[in-house]
Amino acid sequence: MKKLIRVTVNDVAHEVAVRPNQTLVDMIRYDLGLTGTKNGCGEGDCGACTVILDGTPVNSCLVLAMQADGRTITTIEGVESGEGLHPLQQAFIDKGAIQCGFCTPGMVLSAKSLLDENPAPSEEEIREGISGNLCRCTGYLQIIDAVKSVAK
Amino acid sequence: MGAYDVINSRAARVDASDKVRGRAVYVDDMKMPGMLFGAMLQSPLAHAEILDIDTTAARRLPGVKSVLTSKEAGLVKYGVSPARYDETIFCHDRVRHVGDNIAAVAAVDLDTALEAVSLIKVEYRELPAVFTVEEAMAEGAPVLHEAYPRNLTAEVHHEFGDVEAAFAQCDLIKTSSLVNKRQDAAFIEPPGCIASFDYSGCLTLYSSTQVPHYLQRVVAMVLGLPVGKVRVVKPYVGGGFGPKAGANHMDLAASLLSMKTGKPVKMNFDRKQVFMHGRARHQFFHTITTGVKKDGSIMALKHQCHLNGGAYSSFGIATVYYSGSLLGGPYKLPAMKYDGYRVYTNLPACGAQRGHGAVIARACWEQQLDMIAEELGIDPIELRLKNMMTVGDVTCNHLNMSSLGMKDCVEAVRDRSGWKEKKGNLPPGKGIGMSCGFFVSGAGYSIYRSETWHGTVIIKLSEDGGTALVYTASAEIGQGSDTTFAMIAAEAIGIPLEWVRLESGDTDFGLDLGAYSSRQTLMTGLATKEAGEAVKRQVLEVLSEELGIPVEDMDIKKGVIIFKRETPDITALRTRYIKEHRGWTDNPSPDEPLSFREASRIAFLSRGSIVGTGKYKPPVLGGDHKGATVGTSPAYGCSAQVVELSVDMGTGKINIEKITDAHDCGLAINRTSVEGQMIGSVSMGLGEALFEEVKFDDKGRVLNGDLAEYKIPRALDMPAVEPVIVESDEPNGPFGAKEVGEGAIMPAIPAILNAAYDAIGVRIFELPLKPERVYQAIKQYNQKLAKQGAEEMSSAKRDGNLCTKDAQAIDISSQKMNVKGK
Ligand code: FES
Ligand code: FES
Repeated sequence: MKKLIRVTVNDVAHEVAVRPNQTLVDMIRYDLGLTGTKNGCGEGDCGACTVILDGTPVNSCLVLAMQADGRTITTIEGVESGEGLHPLQQAFIDKGAIQCGFCTPGMVLSAKSLLDENPAPSEEEIREGISGNLCRCTGYLQIIDAVKSVAK
Repeated sequence: MGAYDVINSRAARVDASDKVRGRAVYVDDMKMPGMLFGAMLQSPLAHAEILDIDTTAARRLPGVKSVLTSKEAGLVKYGVSPARYDETIFCHDRVRHVGDNIAAVAAVDLDTALEAVSLIKVEYRELPAVFTVEEAMAEGAPVLHEAYPRNLTAEVHHEFGDVEAAFAQCDLIKTSSLVNKRQDAAFIEPPGCIASFDYSGCLTLYSSTQVPHYLQRVVAMVLGLPVGKVRVVKPYVGGGFGPKAGANHMDLAASLLSMKTGKPVKMNFDRKQVFMHGRARHQFFHTITTGVKKDGSIMALKHQCHLNGGAYSSFGIATVYYSGSLLGGPYKLPAMKYDGYRVYTNLPACGAQRGHGAVIARACWEQQLDMIAEELGIDPIELRLKNMMTVGDVTCNHLNMSSLGMKDCVEAVRDRSGWKEKKGNLPPGKGIGMSCGFFVSGAGYSIYRSETWHGTVIIKLSEDGGTALVYTASAEIGQGSDTTFAMIAAEAIGIPLEWVRLESGDTDFGLDLGAYSSRQTLMTGLATKEAGEAVKRQVLEVLSEELGIPVEDMDIKKGVIIFKRETPDITALRTRYIKEHRGWTDNPSPDEPLSFREASRIAFLSRGSIVGTGKYKPPVLGGDHKGATVGTSPAYGCSAQVVELSVDMGTGKINIEKITDAHDCGLAINRTSVEGQMIGSVSMGLGEALFEEVKFDDKGRVLNGDLAEYKIPRALDMPAVEPVIVESDEPNGPFGAKEVGEGAIMPAIPAILNAAYDAIGVRIFELPLKPERVYQAIKQYNQKLAKQGAEEMSSAKRDGNLCTKDAQAIDISSQKMNVKGK
C-alpha cells in the first residue's frame, strides 16, 4: 500500500514510504520529524505549512507526499546556514515579528521566497508576498518591518 | 524611568530564537512511545434526543483500543464557573448543538480512529431547535437545560446611583443599539493534547491550554483523580485569545482514553471542529441610553444586553457581568443601570475572547458618545476629555482607578493623528473617528470561589552559581509572558536577562490561574518580583555573614555585587570559588568586582539550594452587590485610538488608512511586546469591525468553518498603525506595570464606526461593516434625503456632499432620539 519516494529535504536525501493519500505536511512532520512546519488548517487557507518545493513556496497540506517524489524541499529547519541564522530570521527576532510563533516558519519561508525572487520588494509586494500566510497575533506590521529591513 | 537595567527595554523574546528556527515544540509536535490517536464522534444535529448508541462495529475494528461513551465516562458535570457546570464529557440523553460530543475512540493511528468513529451508530429523535435569542426566549420554546427556564443561563440586574433622578437632570437623552456577529478566535494552532496515564496512577496531560491550573482541577474532578496526581503541561501554544481558557471535552476524553488503555493518547481538533467547539466572542445585542447635560457632562447610563450564548455556559456568566460592569469607566458616571441576559441556543457555546464581554458594549457606547457630541456641538475628543476620570476616582460600581493615563492617551492620539486639522475638514468619503477603551488588569477573583493565591513563583539559583531558574505555572500563549517574567526576575535579582532560565506552564511548578483577563503581567509579575527579591536577599545575607557587611550596604546590579560603602577584601571568597573551578577558562580575574556567579555559589555552599518564592493574590476588591467580583481588578489599563479611513461610495467598501493607537500599560516591561499586543489587538478589532462573522445554516450547521470563508485580516488588510505607549505608574503592579493584551482592542471597533460615520454621514448599528451593509446604509440615507424632498439636499448629494454631517444623523435601525428642552 505504501510507496517509496525519494526526496531531498534541506540538502539531505531521504527515502520515505508514504501512503497514497498522505499529505506532504504529514510526511515532513511525522515521518521526517521536521516539526517546524506547522499544520494550522489542512485546507490550504493559513500558510502555516508553507515549504519551498523546487524553489516555489507551496502549502504542503495541499500537496500529496507522492507528488514530492524526486523533488527538492526546503523547510524552516533548512533556512539557517552554517553561518547562522538567515538575515530574515534575525530580523524577525529583532523587530518583534514573533508572538505565538505558530505562523512564523511559514511566514519566514514565504518571505524568503519573495526575497529570493525579488530582493528589493516594495511594501505592497511584501504584503502581497505574505498574504497567503495568516497571523492572528501580530497584526503583521512587525513582520512587514522585518522583511523590509532585510530587503535591498 | 530609565532607572532599570533590564525591564522597560526592547529585549528580544526569550523564545524567539527557537520559534524562528521551527524548534519550539507545540503539542502536536510531540510524540511518545506507544502513542495512540484519538478521534471524536460529534452530533450532526442541533437538538435531538439520543435513543441508542451502538459501538459494536467500532470496537471490532482492528487497531481500535478503546471506545468511550457516557456509559464509560460517567456524568460528572463540569464547565468554567462552578455556578454553571452544565457539560459532561459525552452527551447521554440529548445533543444540544451540531458538534456536541457523543463518543471518542483511541486507535493505533488516526485513520483507524476516524474509521471507527464512522462505524458508531447513533439513533436520534430530532427535537425542535432554537438559534436566536428571540426563538430561545419565546413562550413555549424548547428548553436546553431544565434548570434554566426560558433558556436564561444568567441574568444580571444592577443599579448604581439614582438612575431615574440622574436622567431627570439631563438636557439630552440618547438611545442607540449595536449588534455584532459571533466571532471566532481563529488562533492558527488548533487545540490539541496528549494524555499519558502511567502505572503509578499519575496522569500527565500536555495541552494547548491557556489555563493549566483550571484544566488540572477540572480533569481531576471529572475523572475522580487526586489533584496531586494530575499534572498539566502546556507546551508552546499557537495563540489562545480566550477560547483555550478552559477544559474542553477533548482534554478529558484523551485523558480517560489513556487511563483505559494505559497508553499515551494524542488528539487534535481539525479546523472545522474549532468552529464547532466555539467558546469565542458571543453575539451581543446592546441598547444603551445615556443622559448628559448641555455642557456634555455624562449623568446616567441605562444599558440592556442580550447574549446569544450557545448550548453551554462556558464563560458566559462572567461575560454577561463584564458587559455591564466595564462601562463603569473610564468616564465619570454618577448613575448606571444594567440588565443583562445570557441565553442558551442550539449553537456551539460562546465564551471569552480578547476584551471579554466588554468589546461590543464599549463600541455601542462610544458610538453613542459621538452622536451626543455632535448633537451638543462639542468635539468628540473634548467630550471625552471633559468626562474622563482621573487617578484615585472610583466608579459608581466600585472600580478603583489606581492609575489612569486616559488623558495622556487621548491627547497623544489627538496630536499625533492631526485630529484638529482633519476633523470636519475631510473630503466626502473620507472619515476620521476616535474612541477610548478600558479594561481590567487581571480579574480580582478566581473563577471558582476561593482564597487561593492567584500566582506563585519559585526561583532557584543554580547550585554552581550564576543562573536563576524561574519556575512558574503561568501560560505563555504568544503574548510574551515568559519574556516578561524572565525580565522581571532579572531586574529583581539584579542580573542580566541572559542569566535567567525560565520554565512555565507546568502545574508542578506552582499555582497560576493562567492567561486570561490580562492578569499575568501584574499578578504573576508581582509573584516573580517577590521571588527574585527573596533569592537576592539570601545571597546578600550570606555575603553579609562572610564579609561582615550589613545587607543594606550591598546590592546586586547587572550581575555584580555593589558595595555601597567601602569595598571589602574579597580575596578569600574568590579563592574559594576559583579553587572549585580548576580548569575553567572563565574564572574571574583578581581586579574584577565580585560577581553574582561567585556570590551565589558561596551562598549555596553556606545554605544549600537558594530558593525564593513569591506569591500574589489581590486584596478584597469591589462592592458587595451580587456579581460585584466581575470587573474588579487591582488595576485598569486604558487606551485611545484615532482611525482614518475612506469609503468607496459606489461599493460601500471601507479602506482603513491609518490608526493612531495609545495605550496606558503602566510601566512597559518590554516595549516591543507592548507594541505587538497593541497592533495585534488593532488587527483583531479591525477584523471584527469589517468582516468577521461565523455563519450558520437553518439547521445550526456552521457554514464557514474554515479560514478561507471565515475571514480574518491578512497582511494586505492592515493599515499603518502608530502605537504610542503611555506609561502611568501603577502602584499595584510590578515596577508600575499593568495590562495591554486585551484593553488595546477596546477602542478599535468604535473608532472605526465613528470614522465610517464621518465618511458617509450615516450611522450603522450592526457589525460587521461589510461593503453590502455600508452600501445599503448609504443608499437608504440617499433615499431618505430624496424622500424628504429637500431639493438642495439632493443636489448636494449629486455634488458629493452626502458626507456633510447633518446634525440629525439618520438612524437606519430606528433608534429613538429624545432631545429634551430645558
Ligand atoms: S495547514 Fe496548510 S495552509 Fe493551513
Ligand atoms: S505569531 Fe501567532 S499566528 Fe503569527
